[in-house]
Amino acid sequence: MMKVVEGSYAVAHAAMCCSPDVVSAYPITPQTHIVEHLSQLVADGELRAEFLTVDSEFSALSVLVGVSAAGGRSYSSTTSQGLALMYEVLYNVSGMRLPIVMTVANRALSAPLNIWNDQQDSIGARDVGWIQLYSENVQEAVDTTVQAYKIAESLEIMTPVMVCMDGFILTHVYEPVELLDKEQVADFLPPYRPTDILDPQNPKTFGAFADPSTYTEFRYLQYEAHLKALSKIENVAKEYAEVFGRDFGGLLDAYQADDAEIIIVTMGSVVGTIKEAIDGLRAEGTKVGLVKIRSYRPFPAQALMKELKNADVIAVIEKDICVGNEAALLTDIKAAFYNSNLRMPIIGFAAGLGGRDITIKDIRKAVEKASAARKGIESQFEFLTLRKEIL
Amino acid sequence: MQNLLAPGHRACAGCSMPTVIRLVLDAAGTNTIVVSPTSCLEVTTTPFPESAWVVPWIHSLFENASAVASGVEVMMKRQCKDTNVLVIGGDGSTFDIGMGSNSGMFERGHKVAYICYDNEAYMNTGVQRSGSTPFCAHTTTTPAGELSLGNPRPKKDMPAIALAHGVPYVATASVAYPVDLRKKVERALQTQGPSYIQVNAPCITGWTFDAGTTIEIARLAVETGLWPLFEYVNGELTEVKKIRRIKLVDEYLKVQGRYKHLYKMPGGAEILRSIQDIADKNIAMYKLVD
Repeated sequence: MMKVVEGSYAVAHAAMCCSPDVVSAYPITPQTHIVEHLSQLVADGELRAEFLTVDSEFSALSVLVGVSAAGGRSYSSTTSQGLALMYEVLYNVSGMRLPIVMTVANRALSAPLNIWNDQQDSIGARDVGWIQLYSENVQEAVDTTVQAYKIAESLEIMTPVMVCMDGFILTHVYEPVELLDKEQVADFLPPYRPTDILDPQNPKTFGAFADPSTYTEFRYLQYEAHLKALSKIENVAKEYAEVFGRDFGGLLDAYQADDAEIIIVTMGSVVGTIKEAIDGLRAEGTKVGLVKIRSYRPFPAQALMKELKNADVIAVIEKDICVGNEAALLTDIKAAFYNSNLRMPIIGFAAGLGGRDITIKDIRKAVEKASAARKGIESQFEFLTLRKEIL
Repeated sequence: MQNLLAPGHRACAGCSMPTVIRLVLDAAGTNTIVVSPTSCLEVTTTPFPESAWVVPWIHSLFENASAVASGVEVMMKRQCKDTNVLVIGGDGSTFDIGMGSNSGMFERGHKVAYICYDNEAYMNTGVQRSGSTPFCAHTTTTPAGELSLGNPRPKKDMPAIALAHGVPYVATASVAYPVDLRKKVERALQTQGPSYIQVNAPCITGWTFDAGTTIEIARLAVETGLWPLFEYVNGELTEVKKIRRIKLVDEYLKVQGRYKHLYKMPGGAEILRSIQDIADKNIAMYKLVD
């Protein structure tokens, strides 16, 4: 049913359709509306789940460790400082192979305090062992939520998933969304039936410590599960498209990339603006295309190379900064290409930090710089919209 | 007695903790799920791929056992199972790093029995001071020295903190009083809502006493009045273990290495009197002597 709703409501509704046993969350802007809507859905009896209002994000995710180990499907949502506070639990959840799904309403990190959107929070948690899927718009966040459970709970994957959506830009926007049908979701997403749970009839030990003789193998198995997730993410997206009729891509998606000389790579809601910019540039004769990364972890190196191989130059635009180096996606793409025979210039831009708008004009500036880089890289990384006058 | 903590664990010879756990589990029975924070208990009982636990057991992190237990309890309730959910952890996680998580679990009213085996310092990491370390005890982070007589602060009153949350069953217990401990675990498990039991559990390496005297040391803590055994139900003091023949704290302190500096250093005698004052206050407050 197509309805004009707030992004947060749409995602809460999607989480409800996945029938979690327990929702556990702590309020933090701009995630609050998601959990408020879920609370109301529980209060109204539409979602037959337990909603735990806890003492911190740290406890929010810790509660779900207990829920998941006891065999329950669980959901949480957080952002920024909250995700940072969960950091220790994030590793624990993935290491214990608990398939928790959590929405991250992407937001900047303090200091200085800033409640607006960038993707520093989830990028900072890129190595915690969770699958990270980024959404372009509200509909994709909705659809990805359902896909996330299917991916996470597959017995060969058993890995938690963060569904990342840009804070405010997607959580607070009202746009037409196809809301999900609970029964249709139930058909697509079978009940969670883990093989190992906390059960007095069949007592097992969870969270034993591993010494140097076995720790490496635990890490290897997580690494291997992420490799398997590369095809799982693709397959689940395809299966979803067949059932629900919507396809936002699997590991990634492309726009006007086939014959593009300049290809922009990015993640999240800025995709819409970039598509708009590309339409304008194409009309003027500049062959620009876009590759949108949906799955940042696992990193789709092979799929990216396939999509980018014919470009003359690649420009990465991302909403994070790895202080002391450059930005994360840029580094990852360069690393993926280094041992291949692809040798086009790859340049990157940090943009949209702390909620600064990324405009079509900004995109055009990045494209100009990328075009110039074909003749030689002047700067391989820079801040796209730096206000030098206030430094 | 059924042995729900199997032999072969790696606890020190003379450690009181496995005895505490066995008594607690025997009272709880097999229809039980245990959540443990990072602790001596965790590292001595679960080196992968071995486990000493005969009941389902989960360890997540140091400071989140109460939150994890909340999740387990909610799932049991959801499935209409009457399984006991226990947290069993040390004083570091209980008094200090897990306080936020404990407070949340208490205040949300989960039916979780929280058992703290209290050995009064961070023993797993090598005897560092915790909020539970008693006044002027030597630890590796509050060592005695020219300018120090040991831990400068009194022990944190964790039962009072539990009571302030309205926890309906709060008790202290001791490894030296197994019948009392078992009875209190049973009562905790019958409580609708959270319960908290703090069990005195001497640590041979941290407190340094003669191997084989563990239970005697624990009994002395009670008999001197330094570890009153009490029980609060719905905020009311309902039971106190009377002491037939009260002993001076000196009998308890002089046999432990963690207090030996008080017998050698200037100012030590005054501290010993202060510790006797703590015991005397307990004796008066809980009417430990008839």
